[in-house]
Amino acid sequence: MNFDLTEDRQMLADTLNRYLADQYGMETRNAVAYEAPFHDPAKWSAMTDLGIAGALVPEEQGGFGGAGFDITVVFEALGKALCPEPFLGTLMAARLLGAAGADMETLVSGETRYAVGLGEIDAAYDLDNIATTAAASGDGYVLNGRKSAVYGGQDADLILVLANLDGVPAIFSVAAKEANVVDYGMIDGGGAAEVLLEDAPATLLLADASTAVQDAVNAGRLALCAEAVGAMETTYEVLVDYLKTRKQFGRPIGTFQVLQHRTVDLLTEIEQARSITINAAASLGEDDATLKIAMAKNLIGRAARLVAEEAIQMHGGIAMTWEYSVSHYGKRLIMLDAQLGDTDQCLSEVMQSYAA
Amino acid sequence: MDLSYSPEERAFEQEVRDFLKTSLPDHIAAAVRAGGDLTGDMLQEWHRILSAKGWLATTWPKEYGGPGWTPVQRHIFEVECNRFHAPRIVPFGLAMLGPVIQTFGNERQKKDVLPGILSAEDWWCQGYSEPGAGSDLASLKTRADREGDHYVINGQKTWTTLGQFANKIFCLVRTKFDCKPQEGISFVLVDLDTPGIEMRPIRLIEGGYEVNEVFFTDVRVPVENLVGEENQGWTIAKFLLTHERTNIAGVGSSMQALEEVKALARRVRRNGRPLIQDPLFAARIAQVEIDLEAMKITNLRMLFQAQKQGHPGPETSILKIKGTVINQELRDLARRALGPSAAPFPGAVTDGNLALSPPDTAKNAARYFNNRKTSIFGGSNEIQRNILTKTMLEL
Repeated sequence: MNFDLTEDRQMLADTLNRYLADQYGMETRNAVAYEAPFHDPAKWSAMTDLGIAGALVPEEQGGFGGAGFDITVVFEALGKALCPEPFLGTLMAARLLGAAGADMETLVSGETRYAVGLGEIDAAYDLDNIATTAAASGDGYVLNGRKSAVYGGQDADLILVLANLDGVPAIFSVAAKEANVVDYGMIDGGGAAEVLLEDAPATLLLADASTAVQDAVNAGRLALCAEAVGAMETTYEVLVDYLKTRKQFGRPIGTFQVLQHRTVDLLTEIEQARSITINAAASLGEDDATLKIAMAKNLIGRAARLVAEEAIQMHGGIAMTWEYSVSHYGKRLIMLDAQLGDTDQCLSEVMQSYAA
Repeated sequence: MDLSYSPEERAFEQEVRDFLKTSLPDHIAAAVRAGGDLTGDMLQEWHRILSAKGWLATTWPKEYGGPGWTPVQRHIFEVECNRFHAPRIVPFGLAMLGPVIQTFGNERQKKDVLPGILSAEDWWCQGYSEPGAGSDLASLKTRADREGDHYVINGQKTWTTLGQFANKIFCLVRTKFDCKPQEGISFVLVDLDTPGIEMRPIRLIEGGYEVNEVFFTDVRVPVENLVGEENQGWTIAKFLLTHERTNIAGVGSSMQALEEVKALARRVRRNGRPLIQDPLFAARIAQVEIDLEAMKITNLRMLFQAQKQGHPGPETSILKIKGTVINQELRDLARRALGPSAAPFPGAVTDGNLALSPPDTAKNAARYFNNRKTSIFGGSNEIQRNILTKTMLEL
């Protein structure tokens, strides 16, 4: 047992943090994150050139990472900078393509941008209840249905879609231009899409895909946990700095015990969030991954909301403004809970383990 | 990063299990299982067994007779001891005074004091708090006046845990008055059979007896019982409190409590089904289980950090705050799971056939009340927040 990052992962973290600090500062980020296409294709390319996509893919599949701790290193850095580049889709696609034994050269190079469409309006997290169906047609298949909250779908080349084929969940690859992609920007920055499939031509990637889909969801949840840890870290640093400099009643507000103790509680929860994310990262690919990662996503959901709401409250009015960074961090921390299974969903998944 | 146990660590885990299976006396495990009240003899018996095995002073360096364990080994030992219902090791000599003597004591004190702790021959207790000095410990008033080769101690200490079984006490006393409170404190060792000492029990919220008041009237203590320099006791006091926090997360104890809560919730029926199938109750269990799952890793991370630095740091206050809250939550769930059957005063229903709850859960309400202490003692959780504010936030 040990808690040190390997040298390679530390280097990856340093490289990515440096790039984001230099090239993706808050002003740039806000200019990119809230205007179509809700990310910056040039920066996307620069980041894939740095190896960010490759870090999410195992070596035997053409990358140089793909383990739980590779994922957390990348997404913690993205979270620290609140980066809106759609690497969540890259990661989840890599898990599905990997399960199918498909080629990932253009995913790793960044040439092809992937998004993954799993959930639907009436089946946001409970993927057993999806309504999208696939049917054979000529040499291939056609899909019918509507995929919701397809992150990165606003500017993807290929969308991997979960659909039932003869009642069995399967994963299909759909060219974005073959579907009706209704894209939108999100309140916390970045983009997504509703993907409307009306006899959309598709290629079968994985028949009987339940296990692979669960693994992709697990990896995606893990990434969101790490992203939240990064965003919480930055929020906390900005808050402590503000408590030292902001003066009211003739003294720094950080001298007031009512704020000190609440800030310590945030520190405690952030350490817990970091711990449970480490625990989840270690489990990815193991038998207990689904349970351990659901546990992590639940704790992260609670901690992220606490940090967001408390940081805004303790800052006062300034954190209510668009101009101040904490408002954007706060939005991200709140909204990422709803991605791939929220606090309550994950808690009820953990409760399922008591049924046995 | 790697959270898996190495083959050596797995072998160690098995060694600990084998040892506990063969060496932990049944009557002691049964008493722990039933909810606590251990006699001094039981505790002493267990200490001696551990001492003979060389596993009593688990945190001490090898040179002083510790087993030289890694943080992971200590974690494994703690978890297994709780799983097998071994009593908690009484910490005052081992976890508190031991490190103090090793760091601040002179050679003679090392020779005089450490062997008695290591062999479980001596039972130390703590003279820190006073009626007027709780969280504000530095305001303590018990005084030690120098008379020739002796200090003459007068005053009152309180919350002295298990003092009724002890033969020695370490005390913070005031040796200087015309200065800042922190600058006039000294750390002295006192034999409890010295004339002028009186110990009186304090009955606790649930009715139990584990803490005492200690009165000192003209108690004469040789000057060589001073540890460190005169008036430097505050440095030692703070050092000791940091060490007190090292095992304070109570991860092993909470893991055991979680298993007990789950077992109880499977056994208790409500609304025609096992309580654990009630979504609201299951959600409460799940949430605290998740917090504990994170706490295990937080605890290990900080054990590794302490090993790297050579001593525990202020971040261990996080363990105290969060660890105690998790433990209290679990005790609360155990009490609630029993519903009205938790109410009978322990021992009030003497006919075993009429008992409302299984014998090993009869003390769940008492335990819940007793465990409210954990967020108060060892520096209240509010004091821990002050420590973190100063050191981690630098506010």
